[in-house]
Amino acid sequence: MRTIDKRLKVTRRNFLKSGAAAAGVTALATGTVVIDPNGAWAMSAKTLKPDTMVTLVRMARDLYPHDRLGDIHYARAIEPYDAKAGADETLKRLIEEGISGLNQAAQAKHASPYAAVAEEGDRVALLKSMEATPFFQKIRGDMVVAVYNQPEVWTKLGYEGSSAEHGGYIHRGFDDIDWLKDA
Amino acid sequence: MAAKFDLNDDGVVVIVGSGAGGGTLGNELAQKGVKVVVLEAGPRVEMEEFVNNEWESFSQISWLDKRTTSGSWRVAKDFAGLPAWIVKAVGGSTIHWAGASLRFQEHEFKTRTHYGELAGANLLDWPITLAELEPYYAKAEYKMGVTGTNGIPRLPGNNNYKVLAAGAKALGYKEFHSGNMAINSQERDNRASCQQIGFCFQGCKSGAKWSTLMAEIPKGEDTGNLEVRSDAQVIKIEHDASGKVTGVLYGDKAGNVMRQKARVVAVAGNSIESPRLLLNSASTMFPDGLANSSGQVGRNYMRHTTGSVYAVFENPVHMYRGTTMAGIVRDEAKLDTSRGFAGGYEMETLSLGVPFMAAFLDPGAWGRGFTSALDGYDHMAGMWIVGEDMPRETNRISLHATEKDKFGMPIPNVHFDDHPNDVAMRNHAFKQGSALYDAVGATRTIHTPPYPSTHNMGTNRMSAKASDGVINKHGQAHDIKNLFVSDGSQFTTGAACNPTLTIVSLAIRQAEFIADQMGKREI
Ligand SMILES: Cc1cc2nc3c(=O)[nH]c(=O)nc-3n(C[C@H](O)[C@H](O)[C@H](O)COP(=O)(O)OP(=O)(O)OC[C@H]3O[C@@H](n4cnc5c(N)ncnc54)[C@H](O)[C@@H]3O)c2cc1C
Ligand code: SF4
Repeated sequence: MRTIDKRLKVTRRNFLKSGAAAAGVTALATGTVVIDPNGAWAMSAKTLKPDTMVTLVRMARDLYPHDRLGDIHYARAIEPYDAKAGADETLKRLIEEGISGLNQAAQAKHASPYAAVAEEGDRVALLKSMEATPFFQKIRGDMVVAVYNQPEVWTKLGYEGSSAEHGGYIHRGFDDIDWLKDA
Repeated sequence: MAAKFDLNDDGVVVIVGSGAGGGTLGNELAQKGVKVVVLEAGPRVEMEEFVNNEWESFSQISWLDKRTTSGSWRVAKDFAGLPAWIVKAVGGSTIHWAGASLRFQEHEFKTRTHYGELAGANLLDWPITLAELEPYYAKAEYKMGVTGTNGIPRLPGNNNYKVLAAGAKALGYKEFHSGNMAINSQERDNRASCQQIGFCFQGCKSGAKWSTLMAEIPKGEDTGNLEVRSDAQVIKIEHDASGKVTGVLYGDKAGNVMRQKARVVAVAGNSIESPRLLLNSASTMFPDGLANSSGQVGRNYMRHTTGSVYAVFENPVHMYRGTTMAGIVRDEAKLDTSRGFAGGYEMETLSLGVPFMAAFLDPGAWGRGFTSALDGYDHMAGMWIVGEDMPRETNRISLHATEKDKFGMPIPNVHFDDHPNDVAMRNHAFKQGSALYDAVGATRTIHTPPYPSTHNMGTNRMSAKASDGVINKHGQAHDIKNLFVSDGSQFTTGAACNPTLTIVSLAIRQAEFIADQMGKREI
């Protein structure tokens, strides 16, 4: 049966915005560039706080953890919030207050901001305690779309996406299952 | 050449909606020389413009105007603003549909007789029988090129089907195959053969799948008797002092309200919009809405008892390759009350791409329990359950008290509570679905709750007596001779099968009746 190569091609696109080299937060003319502590992604934040972006990316992974997905895919899902928050004061407040609430809860329990809480289980418990809040529901509802609407994520999960331009699957394994004993 | 009729032409039949019911009726009447104007709320999107991308396609063709929900059904919680997943475009939901084309069973036209009096269910026998509809089923199957009928070979089974079939066999089921599908397994009727593209729900890009957009409407237009006016949302049906309908008011793309006169009006906006339009057409003469002397307009809303079972296997399946609905098991569709419920259900393969799978697999879920299932996406097989749900008077479409759309028309609210019979059936189907996949070695099965309704039925039901329903056996309003209902809202009860073949058959039959009555100047 035809299986899929789930490796992603190495591209410069591993950085959302090119030109970012060192980890940390750099101020540029275009806005503040937020760089992931591990250097996996970088994005500019004009409206939301740099720390907020880092925390949201952590939260996105904790909501929908796939060990085979790099942080870049979560960062891509989060990135549009900055522009949206720039155009929508209510959203900006919802996010900043939500993240600040999450950090306060993390500080109270683990004496650390959320993104720095070491154990996934501890972070999940913090999220669980906020599950009913509009902030949590908003981020979860957006992430279940944004994380899974990326062609590179499809490749990683073994989904091939658009097929009409390849002539469908009629000659590409629509019926090639080979392990059923009695089909 | 497509016709163009004058707004003041009061000799035309106006059809509201261009989907399975409206599009078919329009072509059938045009073939008989009747002048027809189809008013369609959505745009005309042609095959070349369809996209193999779930969310992009969703925003391209779905009905996204605001609706509200109420009731204890899970859709009201998971998708409060999206009770139904249907199309707003020329072709209606036949653009989305998977193509499964099944006939009702005989007893399913007589549920009150066979199921008896069920508390909390408003069961009623249809005013027509299977025998009466059979010739029209045959015409519809021929028209739509349904596989497994008229000597048309069935489609080859894809991977998802092969898993289903192996499980069905292991469980001892007898009646399973790759379906009766309105999808070309070979070139036919100037449409191509299926390329196993796998985006049937997103509008088939090869034209293999029958739709009113690809088949009925162009043929009707070729007669010179049919005009399809897109971006035309009908807001109100008007009538004269004698109670006969005279035409409709509709909003056009520019936001203007236009009046199209008519000799006959046929409503085919799908089961949420059709009753909404009748209710919104209330007047001093008809204070409760048009055709509503029975009080049944908007009531008995049915959506089929549904749910999905997805199973993860040790080895890859790649269920998304090829037709979305690639096969069916029919053994549970029979009437057998020893299972603890009336009616029956079909199991039909179903596949979603990663974007929709994430949204629908377990709405609201997050964390590793959820993501570990998606990690097995390419090892998944899936089925959809389609069971007969019980009509209930309280399950209904009503007009929102305060909220209005851009033309000032009150938005619809969709209220639904599962009947205990629906719940018992769904649980049975979940159990059987899991057993089927377990029999071929599933390492995990997942019970997915209902999606927003794709099958919407019953809100202008057919009845023998005027006091029991909205329309007679020809889809003609009991109260108003030149007003018809032509879509799935006609269904008295829903049967254990997908509705479209029956909608198309009824439309073919109705066209004969309307042409005959016009000829006799009865209407
Ligand atoms: C994803 C999916 C898969 C499906 N698969 C199957 C299947 O395999 N087999 C099956 O039998 N059925 C299937 N169905 C169901 C099938 O599509 C519907 O049952 C059928 O199309 C309903 O026909 P209809 O005429 O009632 O309404 P529709 O086909 O929905 O047509 C209604 C049309 O009316 C228009 N309209 C509404 N209100 C107005 C107004 N006020 N003015 C003007 N126009 C208006 C709408 O825009 C729409 O175009 C599926 C549906 C979906 C969504
Ligand atoms: S699988 Fe067949 S019917 Fe479905 S979209 Fe592809 S070509 Fe069309």
